Amino acid sequence: MSARDDILRGVRQALAGVSPAVEVPAAPRVPDRGDLVALFVERVEDYRAVVTRCAPDEVDQVVRDVLGSARAVVPPDLGLDLPGAVVDDVFTATELDAYDAVVTRAAVGIAETGTVVLDHQPDQGRRAITLVPDLHVCVVDGGQVVADVPDAIALLDPARPLTWISGPSATSDIELDRVEGVHGPRTLHVVLVG
Amino acid sequence: MRIALQITCVNDAMFPDTGKAVVRLLRRLGVEVDFPREQTCCGQPMVNTGYLDEAVPVVRRFVDAFAGYDAIVTPSGSCAGSARHQHSIVAERSGDPALAAAVAETGPRTYELSEFLVDVLGVTDVGAYFPHRTTYHPTCHSLRMLGVGDRPTRLLEAVRGIELVDLPHATECCGFGGTFALKNADASIAMGADKARHVRDTGAEVLVAGDNSCLMHVGGMLSRQRAGVRVMHLAEVLASTEEDEG
Amino acid sequence: MSGTFVGMPAFPTAAREALGDTQLRRNLAHATHVIRDKRAKVVAEVEDWEELRLAGAGVKEAALRDLATHLETLEASLVRAGATVHWARDAEEACAIVAQVTKAHGVDEVVKVKSMATAEIGLNEALEAEGIAAWETDLAELIVQLGDDLPSHILVPAIHRNRAEIREIFLRRMGDVGRPAPVDLTDEPAVLAAAARAHLREKFLRAKVAVSGANFAVAETGTLVVVESEGNGRMCLTLPEVLISVVGIEKVVATWADLDPLLRLLPRSSTGERMNPYTSTWSGVTPGDGPQEVHVVLLDNGRTRALADDVGRQALRCIRCSACLNVCPVYERVGGHAYGSVYPGPIGAILNPLLHGVSDEQTASLPYASSLCGACFEVCPVRIDIPSVLVDQRAAVVDSHRGDRVPKAEAVAMKAAAWAFSDSRRLAWAEKASGLGGRLLRRFGRTTLPGGRAAAGRLPGPAAGWTGARDLPAPPEESFRDWWDRTDGGRDGGAR
Repeated sequence: MSARDDILRGVRQALAGVSPAVEVPAAPRVPDRGDLVALFVERVEDYRAVVTRCAPDEVDQVVRDVLGSARAVVPPDLGLDLPGAVVDDVFTATELDAYDAVVTRAAVGIAETGTVVLDHQPDQGRRAITLVPDLHVCVVDGGQVVADVPDAIALLDPARPLTWISGPSATSDIELDRVEGVHGPRTLHVVLVG
Repeated sequence: MRIALQITCVNDAMFPDTGKAVVRLLRRLGVEVDFPREQTCCGQPMVNTGYLDEAVPVVRRFVDAFAGYDAIVTPSGSCAGSARHQHSIVAERSGDPALAAAVAETGPRTYELSEFLVDVLGVTDVGAYFPHRTTYHPTCHSLRMLGVGDRPTRLLEAVRGIELVDLPHATECCGFGGTFALKNADASIAMGADKARHVRDTGAEVLVAGDNSCLMHVGGMLSRQRAGVRVMHLAEVLASTEEDEG
Repeated sequence: MSGTFVGMPAFPTAAREALGDTQLRRNLAHATHVIRDKRAKVVAEVEDWEELRLAGAGVKEAALRDLATHLETLEASLVRAGATVHWARDAEEACAIVAQVTKAHGVDEVVKVKSMATAEIGLNEALEAEGIAAWETDLAELIVQLGDDLPSHILVPAIHRNRAEIREIFLRRMGDVGRPAPVDLTDEPAVLAAAARAHLREKFLRAKVAVSGANFAVAETGTLVVVESEGNGRMCLTLPEVLISVVGIEKVVATWADLDPLLRLLPRSSTGERMNPYTSTWSGVTPGDGPQEVHVVLLDNGRTRALADDVGRQALRCIRCSACLNVCPVYERVGGHAYGSVYPGPIGAILNPLLHGVSDEQTASLPYASSLCGACFEVCPVRIDIPSVLVDQRAAVVDSHRGDRVPKAEAVAMKAAAWAFSDSRRLAWAEKASGLGGRLLRRFGRTTLPGGRAAAGRLPGPAAGWTGARDLPAPPEESFRDWWDRTDGGRDGGAR
């Protein structure tokens, strides 16, 4: 018998006479927190990420200021005017390692947890580009911010690869002392529009 | 209302003064308890060590002894927890539906002393007097298995003359754990040493808890350390009056 | 290149040794208290935490109760999404699959995301035997691997090491396996983390094959989920050409929406954060993005054994947050190595016997490695009633010895106690005997408890286990029941 059939048979035997019916209570919703965008900003900053709020017509300039002279890679459909930024041309990891920064949009922002989620559409690019450079500038529209995790899950398509980002990479592996910045971008800069 | 005292095997054999204090305290509050002579033990030592078959006759003895009582009061969070949460496991093991039915009757009627005082009698001021610097250790089973919450501290706060001081890291286990204290003596002693240190840090004269088995462990450590801290069951503090202290 | 748990002594013996290591106890006490406080703070922030726990427990329990259906759905979804699905009955089969896929790509190294399943099956050692180097990329796993050490915690495998020890390991060992640590390395956590970043980056950039586990596997969509902090997970899941994920069959949840309570419960319970820095989800192969060859190994290795246990089944709800370790008073003092498994602490004390049975002495000692204080159940995000399962596994241990020709002393004592406790007259006689013993102690005992009661100091024989560090009050001359009889329950003037 194949391992597959063996395991499935074992599972069925183990559960013989066990009712599969389980009452699963609905997960509770967070209470109304008022201004979601303000909460989002506060919670992102809590992770020691940097947040800049600006008006729609200021985004290009704000991102240019954040980047300064950093060498930036950008996804194909970023839709910002960033002189000097290089559009991802399916660079290898080693090629990406030569960039200081990456600028992307996002799919969703989660206020309760201060999380941005990327679904890696063309305005966010392949997963690798937001991983190798040391600075990630993420442009989030105020209208993309939802209250909590279940709202994000409802909006996101699991068929796409998703990256949930809550602050810069971090570790607490040494004496449970939190250190920001290990393998992923050591700086996360969220530009909140509107 | 017929009320029975479940003294517990440990109190019966080792700490009869706790039982006397319960009787005295309840009598002062106008409650007469019966002491069913057939009672022995709740079966917890067997259950918690894995000897379920051995626990069956002991639980049978328990339900026979306490059948027909409206309330069973016991000065032990651990033994009340055993009656309420473990007797059904033993009954299921026995395969005897009559035993299962019997434990379903006695279990919910079993009250730890502070629950009985606060929930059944509706009192928090029991008229006690105890002019000593005292700290309280909430034992694990009373805290987490029964959920007695702040009932013991509300009772203690109402005691006249008492100086009640907070015990640091109070909710951490003292390390007794029944046969754990012997089977894993080193871990048990390490936990007890930390509990004893926290007790000493309070500067209390008296350590109070609702389970004498835990107090026997922590008190044994404090005694070995010549800490000069006395351990007392909650019932004994609540039974104290001016006459006792005079 | 790492140690092994094989041949570990039973828990009490291993614990005694660990308790004697004062540095270890300091490291553990510090770390567990820090994480405990962080967790308490972020959990208190959630108004309906208990409802969230119930939802999380429900989602996992429902998936387990219909596991075969969900596994078949998962397999179909994964295949549809371009993944190759393998099944492994045990550790050996799982390791062989990983080795075979790796070798098919002609490489002699893989990068690894921290994964309990691959630690459980001893994958690194199995790959090493096949000439394949497995590089751990989680910081704590790296510390353990470089130190030829064993993990001692589910979330922070190097929790037993302090910063000075870690600096020493990095300086001594990094150069042997890749980029050396800088010579001016200090013991600042940020500096140590930077050294790990530099050391591992060259490995990430050149890796062709990565190995991961998964925190969750969604049946309806074929989505795997990895929850992490450092970004090493993203590196492994994104950069290599081939990704092999070893996933325990109990990781399945039915639907995408089922992730909601779990993704809210896990980070708060685990690292004490509202959300962990990075969560990656992927469903098979995404053309043009990430690994283009994706393998999933569905692992049994004792899980169907645990599933068949009506009381113990709930242990398979575990989402490996390690909150139970962090609050456990035994774990806090003894550490993880004494449990002799990659799954230490309260969850390990039930999971190991459930997965493997209690026939060996070491595993059989684990259900007793607890005072049954219940702190673990209180914090468990999926409401595993660990104390009840511990007691049930103790019964399994006792039952496994019922056929012994020579019963253990403990079994004899329990039978004797049951005999005495089955009849109040027998108990009364036993109490009279102990009262006589008490009289002797009062006469000869050298200790008096505060309050005046006589007590025994150090005693020999069976009492030594108690009296080694604890005085024992002398039994009273008169039991409660004798007092009751003599005084009519105190009404006869004997209330004192």
